Amino acid sequence: MLANIPMIFILVGLAAYIVLAGADFGTGFWTLVFYRKGGDRAKFADSLHNTMGPVWEANHVWLIFILVVCWTAYPVAFASITSTLSVPLLIAAVGIISRGAAYALRSQFAAAPKERLIDDRVFALSSVLTPFALGAAIGGIASGRVPVGNAAGNLVTSWLNPTSVLIGVLSITTCSYLSAVYLAADAWRRADTDMIHVLRKMSLRAGVAAGTLAMFGLLVLHADARPIWNGLTNGFGACLLCLSIASGLVALILVWRNKFGLARVSAALAVATIVAGWAVTQQPCLLPGLTVAQAAAGQSTLIAIIVSMAFGAVVLVPSLALLFGLSLKGRFDASPSEDIPTPKIANQPQGHSSKLASFTVGNLLAGTAGTVFGSGWIQTLGVLCLCLFAALAFALAAIPVDSLEKKATTQKVP
Amino acid sequence: MHAILATTLFAPVNQSYLFQARQMQALSFSVHIPLVCFGIAFPALVLFAEWRYLRTGQPVFGQIAKTWSKAMITLFGVGVVTGTILSFEFGLLWPGMMASFGNVFGLGFALEGFSFFVEAIFIAIYVYGWDRLAPKAHFLCGFPVAIAGVTGSFFVISTNAWMNHPSGFVLKDGRATDVHPWAALFGNPYLWHEFVHMYFAGYVVTGFIVAGYYAWRYLQGNWSRYEQTGLTIALSAAAIATPLQGIIGDWVARDVAQMQPVKLAAMEGVGQTTNRAPEHLLGWYNGQEVVYGIAVPHMLSLLAFHDPNATVKGLDAVPFDQRPPVNVVRFAFQTMVGIASLLSLVSVIYLYVRFRLKRLPATPWFYRTVVLAGPLSVVALIAGWITTEVGRQPWVVFGFMRTAQAVTGAKGIPVGYGTLILVYLGLGTVAAWLLVKLGRAPTKLSNAPSEGKPSGFIYAR
Repeated sequence: MLANIPMIFILVGLAAYIVLAGADFGTGFWTLVFYRKGGDRAKFADSLHNTMGPVWEANHVWLIFILVVCWTAYPVAFASITSTLSVPLLIAAVGIISRGAAYALRSQFAAAPKERLIDDRVFALSSVLTPFALGAAIGGIASGRVPVGNAAGNLVTSWLNPTSVLIGVLSITTCSYLSAVYLAADAWRRADTDMIHVLRKMSLRAGVAAGTLAMFGLLVLHADARPIWNGLTNGFGACLLCLSIASGLVALILVWRNKFGLARVSAALAVATIVAGWAVTQQPCLLPGLTVAQAAAGQSTLIAIIVSMAFGAVVLVPSLALLFGLSLKGRFDASPSEDIPTPKIANQPQGHSSKLASFTVGNLLAGTAGTVFGSGWIQTLGVLCLCLFAALAFALAAIPVDSLEKKATTQKVP
Repeated sequence: MHAILATTLFAPVNQSYLFQARQMQALSFSVHIPLVCFGIAFPALVLFAEWRYLRTGQPVFGQIAKTWSKAMITLFGVGVVTGTILSFEFGLLWPGMMASFGNVFGLGFALEGFSFFVEAIFIAIYVYGWDRLAPKAHFLCGFPVAIAGVTGSFFVISTNAWMNHPSGFVLKDGRATDVHPWAALFGNPYLWHEFVHMYFAGYVVTGFIVAGYYAWRYLQGNWSRYEQTGLTIALSAAAIATPLQGIIGDWVARDVAQMQPVKLAAMEGVGQTTNRAPEHLLGWYNGQEVVYGIAVPHMLSLLAFHDPNATVKGLDAVPFDQRPPVNVVRFAFQTMVGIASLLSLVSVIYLYVRFRLKRLPATPWFYRTVVLAGPLSVVALIAGWITTEVGRQPWVVFGFMRTAQAVTGAKGIPVGYGTLILVYLGLGTVAAWLLVKLGRAPTKLSNAPSEGKPSGFIYAR
């Protein structure tokens, strides 16, 4: 039982990553489409950067979350997966660096439109490549092509096979769909009618494409990954599959009726249920011949990770709620050029006392003595004194700039 | 059954490109670590500027906080992706280590993951919330960023400290059992000096790079209040942190001498265990001793053990195949110490002028040095990490697992390495191009006060 809990964290993280970061990756595909069309490209790129800018980093951390939970709780499985699937993971890594860098640099340094072409193209290509590679890696695991061991599987066919290609392409389509719905919801909030029209059309097309591909994919699974097919067509797996199909259809209808916010929830549900379905089908095996229980770390590690996840969630959930609340309410929208409201100027008794200065120097002396000559608690105290000295000395050096200015202007330095 | 499974299937492989795998990992670290420095120190400096702005109402502080926060989120974004690559590489390159020890040190990264989350969430709220949140709420949103930046690096360093001084498990059939993850990571006496040393390094690197930018502006003839204030804040942080590294370094050296004597022997080129060991400056280790160096008698014994007659263990304490490459470690260590000494001199000059003469230094030579100090501090940072990481070789988990046992059996490491070099070169080119652009039109970004305006602020040129 204990052994399964971290797996649940991983699956929740995976669903969150697909839904949130997927929407982010999908923007790359649309940038490519708009790049060919010309015209609205710049406007589209701006709108997606406005929507995604504040949230992309947080969305991205889900991937790190998945990786670290996996290697802590299921070290052998993690090592087997990453060594056999090194090629798609390297491709994903390169894609992540390129698009992240393009994003970070682009968001903060408004470049001239001509210069944007390059980073938009890098951004778009890497945004398509990364979900494909990650999807292909998942396909390799799902179709049982990753054996236990150090690079024990085939380096090529483990990720270039029918199931992997299917899931890779499905990832791209799903990401495109999610992002179109996400952007449409944002355009709706901003009441940008032109964009709503375009994005609604995009959402519907991508949604139909993703749905069709998923149905076709079941045939691929039937031929290439029979255990998954069996799992998804029997018992609880079948329920989850039906739920996923139903949520997907509902999402499409909601998009059709311009209910983008609800469509987003429904589409997320479709993704989450299919992730759960995959887990149910593969259970209890993580990799061929390795069950989740066998792969799990010892009890103390599992308890440590569960405890830290619980505490982490206490911090994380309200923080995420705050971020998405602000973002979805449009609090981050570009506001009319309004300068920083000047705060009231407080009366400042400036000029630091010599007492403070001697206290600072005292900390330096005590800290140096403690750090260099002490051991145990005395040394700890010494290091703390040094830190306190650093903070105080910094304040003494950096704060009096305003008082000095007064002095300088009144004294008229020649 | 479990343990048997792991050992038989994760037996060491024959990897002909171990060196390239190490290079690839080292390259990724070298790109990421300077960004970590900004994660540690930059939020605090930004918050300081904003606090001054809220207290004094002077727009120059608001402009500094705003400009810096934009640079901060950009660096953070690049840090997110370069950090992701590192976590990929742990599995891609070192599956042997992950399979055997992931259950011991993984917790550190799980906790770091949460810090990363908090940092990512609040950095976005902070930067995108300028002028959109109430000033006090905005200011408060910066604190989680500063705290998470420190805790995140703390957790990662706890993992590194564990690799250098492992404990909290029993090795059975090549797999860690009876694991105590909390004690392994946070009850480790090797952790604290590493953390404090890195924490101060964060301020050294961030301070000098930011100050370097303003010093460069000074040399270009831009010296308004904006530049003066920016330089004062950044340089004050660096100038206070740098000399303190010497004191902390003394602590670090004694811990290393005690817990990793072979690393110390490699840092100093001590071939044979020696009483009253001298310290050698420069020179070359020829496999026996340091030649062509300047020897300072008793100095090493004094520094490492606070006793001029102490015995310093030599490399001969361990068999030949357990010794790190001495000259790499030694050269890296001397580079770090050399640069630190130079930067300490710059710091002391600055602090003297700042506190005694109550102004900023007036000679262009000072500003030229500060421009150089930024890149130099990064070199010192990386040299320090080379010292500790190459000094740990041939072990990846010191005394328990060799790097060669950890490496992947997958083919094609040189291809991956080459690809990564190209990607980072591309990234570097783009970053350099942006910096140049920024230098040409900085006012667009900073909204600095008009430049021609003379100002008698601190130092009138």
